[in-house]
Amino acid sequence: MSSVIDWENTPNPVKENRAGNIGKAVDRYEGPLKVTGTAPYAYEVEPPSPPAYGVLVSAPIAKGRITAVDIAAAQASPGVQLVWTYQNAPAQGPRPERYDFFTPSPRPALESDEVYYFGQQVAVVVADTLENAQAGAALVNLTFEDDAKAVTFHDHFAEAVQPPGESDVEIGDFEAAFAAAPVTVDDVWRTPLQNHCQMEPCATTAWWDGDQLTVHTSVQMVRVAQNSLAETLMMPHKSVRLLTRYVGGGFGGKGSFYEDLVLAALAARELGRPVKIALSRQQMMHGTVHRPATDLHVRLGATPDGKLTAMSLMTVTHCDRRGNFTEHASNFARNLYAAPNRLTGHRLIRLDLPVASAMRAPGEASGTLSLEVAMDELAEKLGMDPVELRILNEPPTDPETGKPFSIRQLVRCMREGAQLFGWDRRNPIPGRVRDGRWLVGLGMAAAIRGNFLLPAKASFTVDADGVITVKQGMTDIGTGTYTVLAQIAAETLGVPLADVRVEIGDSELPPAPGSGGQFGAATAGSAALDAGMNLRAAIAEIAVADPASPLFGGPSEDITFQDGVIAIANRSERLSDLIRRNRPEGLTAEGEVRPAADAGLWSSHTYGAHYVEVGVDTVTGEVRTRRMLGVFAAGRILNYKTARSQLTGGMIWGVGSALTEGNAVDPHYGSLINQDLASYLVPVQADIGELDAIMLDEVDDKANPMGIKGVGELGISGAGAAVANAIYNACGVRVRDYPITPDKLLAALMAKGL
Amino acid sequence: MRPFTYERATDAASAVKAAAETPNAKFLAGGTNLLDLMKLEIEHPAHLIDVGRLPMAAIEETPEGGLRIGAMATNSHVAADARVRAHYPVLTQAIVAGGSGQLRNKATTGGNLLQRTRCAYFYDTTKPCNKRAPGSGCGALEGLNRNSAIFGASHACIATHPSDMAVALTALGATVETLSPSGRARAFPIIELHRLPGETPDVETHLIAGELITAVVLPPPPDGGQVYRKVRDRASYAGGLASVAVVGANLALGAVAHKPWRAVDAEAALKAGASPAEAISRELEAASENGRNGFKIDVVSRLVPAAIAEARAQGRGA
Repeated sequence: MSSVIDWENTPNPVKENRAGNIGKAVDRYEGPLKVTGTAPYAYEVEPPSPPAYGVLVSAPIAKGRITAVDIAAAQASPGVQLVWTYQNAPAQGPRPERYDFFTPSPRPALESDEVYYFGQQVAVVVADTLENAQAGAALVNLTFEDDAKAVTFHDHFAEAVQPPGESDVEIGDFEAAFAAAPVTVDDVWRTPLQNHCQMEPCATTAWWDGDQLTVHTSVQMVRVAQNSLAETLMMPHKSVRLLTRYVGGGFGGKGSFYEDLVLAALAARELGRPVKIALSRQQMMHGTVHRPATDLHVRLGATPDGKLTAMSLMTVTHCDRRGNFTEHASNFARNLYAAPNRLTGHRLIRLDLPVASAMRAPGEASGTLSLEVAMDELAEKLGMDPVELRILNEPPTDPETGKPFSIRQLVRCMREGAQLFGWDRRNPIPGRVRDGRWLVGLGMAAAIRGNFLLPAKASFTVDADGVITVKQGMTDIGTGTYTVLAQIAAETLGVPLADVRVEIGDSELPPAPGSGGQFGAATAGSAALDAGMNLRAAIAEIAVADPASPLFGGPSEDITFQDGVIAIANRSERLSDLIRRNRPEGLTAEGEVRPAADAGLWSSHTYGAHYVEVGVDTVTGEVRTRRMLGVFAAGRILNYKTARSQLTGGMIWGVGSALTEGNAVDPHYGSLINQDLASYLVPVQADIGELDAIMLDEVDDKANPMGIKGVGELGISGAGAAVANAIYNACGVRVRDYPITPDKLLAALMAKGL
Repeated sequence: MRPFTYERATDAASAVKAAAETPNAKFLAGGTNLLDLMKLEIEHPAHLIDVGRLPMAAIEETPEGGLRIGAMATNSHVAADARVRAHYPVLTQAIVAGGSGQLRNKATTGGNLLQRTRCAYFYDTTKPCNKRAPGSGCGALEGLNRNSAIFGASHACIATHPSDMAVALTALGATVETLSPSGRARAFPIIELHRLPGETPDVETHLIAGELITAVVLPPPPDGGQVYRKVRDRASYAGGLASVAVVGANLALGAVAHKPWRAVDAEAALKAGASPAEAISRELEAASENGRNGFKIDVVSRLVPAAIAEARAQGRGA
């Protein structure tokens, strides 16, 4: 097993970065295909023969059962080839007691007559054309019996329970310390249910060749989806090939898969022809997963000079009736600030709502919207600057475990951000700065998100043209995986970027866990580096053993790889020449990464600081972001362009969380009110104003062999809190029920006589 | 989407004739609203008459000194017209406050007036909606009705009209020109185009079956300042929570009723010497809440005086 010490002490081409590929703002590898519309997403993949088209039928009730099924009219509809409900759908593997992201398990479709949530898929119609399938779907006649349901989060707090297998984490005596604290904050924040709203809906194209199934689908994790699909279909894992070459956004919502995949595979088998199924935008809202609402109770106690003595964040959240997902919105608070007495934990309410699951920065995205505003409130009570309050409570070691930090540059992020943003121009007294009809305010918040490394494999092949092909069962969900793998390959083998090919998104390739939890680049990239190092060793071995090579006789450890040339001092030849002579069919090496045995000895996170300027129209309650800057410390950056895109994308999402985003549950129907992108409001260009993300020079040598970390989720963490704090600085009003829409802000302004 | 038949009209006369003679026919222009509604199975016309290429896209000066805007003129075209921008800035402001650039490039003047509500319960076919399915009830009444009407609603329907452009046209006192299947052309004030919901919210205008909007006529440029202000949850591509068009002494409100709402009581109060705040509170005496939309009364009461002040400041500057 590898050790963090080995990672720190072993040089490698990524660390040395002699050709400068690492960190470079390289354009996206697959960018030209995407912007010209020629990257085939799952639904657009052309199958070997003309496909049939499936349309899903969704339940119009939140809880109950199907009491009558009449599919005769649908079956008789023009072009319809197949209509399935729970009564006639093929047998599938049984649903497990619990799901998790990394364990394969069956996900049966059209299981029974039971309806567990609004929008649950209850039938599928497959026809020769999409139009005929849609017309047929409209003729499926199901009768439902509506049961009493529990859908309104705040009506069911009495039913909140400790999530299974969890307990609260208390250090010291929080209650006593809080009661004794001379300065306190004690407030509750609410965050709403949110949908992922990926541009690309979940979609599948499936076909069979004998007993072999091929599916192109849109998921974040290749291997677990392949295995889970095989188990659903009760067939050997190896009989399923799952491809997901281009993914139009995942954000956690494609961490698992849905009925499009299972039913396309089953229908293709039944009909003996390829089948395509996609969820509609409306079905994406209910029929996939969402970030659940939270109720966040923060209590802070401090001394008059600003030292935290007591810190608590207790989260109440919800999941679906059969689910086991918990939005761990309190977890980040365990690692952020020093305080001797601490209490954090979660309570879970099961509701008759669609399935709750992970969405970009699960935990932090919601949780920071409370604690990072509470710190702003505390700073005001103490008469301190919010940056200085945070710095004063910076812990020397992890505040709960006492472990040393692998590296922690949160203070530097805050200091540099303050300087670059012009934080010194902030008037600490709210409501004093006006620009026309806008009251202007500045706010800040800290960002934190964990760092993870999972086991992964990869292979590198060099061919007779000197072209390196990276192969990995990894995904690129818009993050830049293709691009950073190409950069790692170019740097490791010393070839131009143009001589690298990347093949990912295929279950036949060496497995990687996929994209999620901002572990993708570190995990997939570290395995790729290892494969590259192994290929270098294999090339060196061949070179020194080849009498026709100028490198013959070695020493092999002195070989350099640069510009497609291998050399020992002034003896050199082109890599392609060596391979053409010795391995004209190509030379392949595999590699892997595993978490280090001693990785748990350090507290390893990514950090950042957000600075925001907003305008508040006190007449209408409208808020507009004017300027936003994030400064982040996330290890070595592989590509400043794709990393910046991820960070700014997260920051924009944070603005949405603060101001516009959320989906309300209709109390009578248990459905979500916003069912399209015209009504579910994510920020648009005009909402954002100036925006930038800066990444500090950093290397976290304890994180993985490359010293990199993830940025996919860091940008959203804390961003919304900074907006909320800026609103307060602008107008002196706090709204703790997100999003801070004009109706809520106006009510608060009017209550203050403004 | 259900199967339908389609024809492309070659002239307005044959279009209205076809519309009158074909059961369940609809005109198709930009398609930015109708096609969505068809895909969602909210609208299911049996036949579409595409009027989008009829030669009615011109913007011409009238002998009276106003402008005649052809019904097929796109929203983008109207908003960018130099004469509109110079003399009817409220119309440009209102148009660019609506939809998105892509939508405005396709949406037409006539179609904009006839777009349907964005009420979530109208859009969700699993819910009762008297507008979509007459007699089924109103899901919004007891539901998440934050965006519902405060003026002129009925127990059958509390939906609002979503157009921004129509609010400016209402304040401008525009005239709508139409062609009937009988071949009769008529013209009437825009305020007479839309209906309040009453018992039949599915009937949204006073147009007769097959009647086609051919143009909107603006009167000569009015005196006084012009301002359009729209309050919304995000800066672009969002329906209004409330909006106001101020044109001299004329006031119209948007997103508050089943039709663009000419604030006649407020106008009368202003004329009688009331302050803007007093005037709008006179108008709001007729307003009513439906659970979650009460904030709109506050928004309107604050927004309108601010917009009037802005318009008056402009008027003085001009």
